[in-house]
Amino acid sequence: MAKVLMKGNEAIAEAAIRGGCKYFFGYPITPQNELPEYMSRELPKNDGVFLQAESEVAAINMVYGAAGAGGRVMTSSSSPGIALKQEGITYIAGANLPCVIVNIVRGGPGLGGIQPAQSDYFQSVKGGGNGDYSMPVFAPANLQEMVDIMMEAFDIADYYRNPVMVIGDGMIGQMMEPIEFNKPEPRELPVKDWITNGTKGERKPNIINSLFLDAQDLEDHNLEAVTKYEAMRANETRVEVFNMENPEIVLTAYGTTSRICKNAIMALKEEGIEVGLIRPITIWPFPDQAFEDIPESAKGILVVEMSQGQMIEDVKIANNGRLPIGFHGRSGGMIPDPKDIIAKVKEMIGGAK
Amino acid sequence: MTTVYKKSKGLTDVEMHFCPGCTHGTIHKLVAEVLVELDVLDRSVGVVPVGCSALSYDYFNCDMQQASHGRAPAVATGIKRVNPDLVTWTYQGDGDLASIGTAEIIHAAHRGEKITTIFVNNAIYGMTGGQMAPTTLIGQKTTTSPLGRTVEHSGMPLRVSEMLATIDGAKFVERVSVDTPANIRKTKKAIKKAFELQISGEGFGIVEILSTCPTNWGLTPVDAIKWLQDNMIEYYPLGNLRTPEEAK
Repeated sequence: MAKVLMKGNEAIAEAAIRGGCKYFFGYPITPQNELPEYMSRELPKNDGVFLQAESEVAAINMVYGAAGAGGRVMTSSSSPGIALKQEGITYIAGANLPCVIVNIVRGGPGLGGIQPAQSDYFQSVKGGGNGDYSMPVFAPANLQEMVDIMMEAFDIADYYRNPVMVIGDGMIGQMMEPIEFNKPEPRELPVKDWITNGTKGERKPNIINSLFLDAQDLEDHNLEAVTKYEAMRANETRVEVFNMENPEIVLTAYGTTSRICKNAIMALKEEGIEVGLIRPITIWPFPDQAFEDIPESAKGILVVEMSQGQMIEDVKIANNGRLPIGFHGRSGGMIPDPKDIIAKVKEMIGGAK
Repeated sequence: MTTVYKKSKGLTDVEMHFCPGCTHGTIHKLVAEVLVELDVLDRSVGVVPVGCSALSYDYFNCDMQQASHGRAPAVATGIKRVNPDLVTWTYQGDGDLASIGTAEIIHAAHRGEKITTIFVNNAIYGMTGGQMAPTTLIGQKTTTSPLGRTVEHSGMPLRVSEMLATIDGAKFVERVSVDTPANIRKTKKAIKKAFELQISGEGFGIVEILSTCPTNWGLTPVDAIKWLQDNMIEYYPLGNLRTPEEAK
């Protein structure tokens, strides 16, 4: 298929439709508005429904109802809007409902700003909502990877009966890149025999529910979910490793920040300094193995984020005390500069000698 | 032997958790009977949020969804938009609908969602142990208004049905009570009407049902009925507030 040039937010929407999305419930927030706008235009042409809700809270609860009724459904928002959606996300996780949630991250806390940021790592992978639950969180670095993931996300959600989150920073949402829409590997999806679409007098009632007042029942329910999460860890963890043959320092970054890191790596290569990159594509499950596989040549890890340091906590867990860990972060919508990353790498090499 | 009365097949055999004398049981029966009489039980999906209705997904003999506090109208919207052939309804208390869920109920009505809402108003939070609700009457003592509700501190009780009746999308709004056999029959009639409007595709309908909470009111079931008659009906007058004809 020929490549097309599309703006990020619109490409996400188109990929979702091609991935089988039929229902979209959302609420306006910058910098993701082109996504629902595209959906409002295109979903009805594809026998789908777009509905602008009265709030993010209502939108995610519409997603809950639609998913429970068997619809392939998604919502999108940006950071403070996702914070409002956390109530529904934990109910969706608790009731084992499949859906896709897109977060085009902006700076925070509070109303923050509207420039790109990665300060929603914690609210994406560390729960966000109440209770024990997890969901795959994809953090693509370019538009091609974003559309590939969006086209697969609904299958992954249906496969596990679990919410799936896809995050991009404002840059991913606003940039234009050439992309092509490729069908993902088909998965054998379970029959949705649990949905509430009316008994038709043919079966016992189905109940969509996350309430378990008996403590043992709730623990059993949570343990079943853990089995699912273990399968996700085993089968859905994705990572890119770059220039990792003989690195002195290993950078780690996700999303668009990883592209800035690659520029720094190429510049350092010209100076004869070998620096590698571990780029988590899923930030949950976190690619721990890639850190265990860091070659002996490495003297340290430099975590680069558009935040004050959030993913660094998972890097520390994966590293398990083996290598010194440095951090370079910009926040509030400020973008890391390759020059600063290069300087930090040199400082770490100096410090390690 | 002739059977003169039996439980509706719209209800399951699960034992209900409601307190003795509480009118939720009666209202459940009415909703179940209406779904059976309209022959829509097997294409019904009920949504029950947080409050005394939280466990009702086990009591109704049709597909059910449990929803978060106040959000049942949003959940029902999602269900109905996916499958417009379903008969979708919410069963909500006053703490749920008139407080935390005001945005969801107003906008479901405003959009004219083709759903039916059963709104049980007993002027108090029941499940959490008798706290003040927006519907609590002036002077009424609750665990969070121990000296009685005052206008200065908490404002006047909220009349939800009157408010919803101003919204174009709300095609049927009626307030009823389950304090007497005659009123129970009227309640059933109103519930049936609201469901019929949904089935015929006319739009959103809500039935507000004045109900008792003997446990948290600190009254016997009989005295609770009397308290409802003497206090609630005066502030929350019974009757139809909006019919499809007026809505046009």
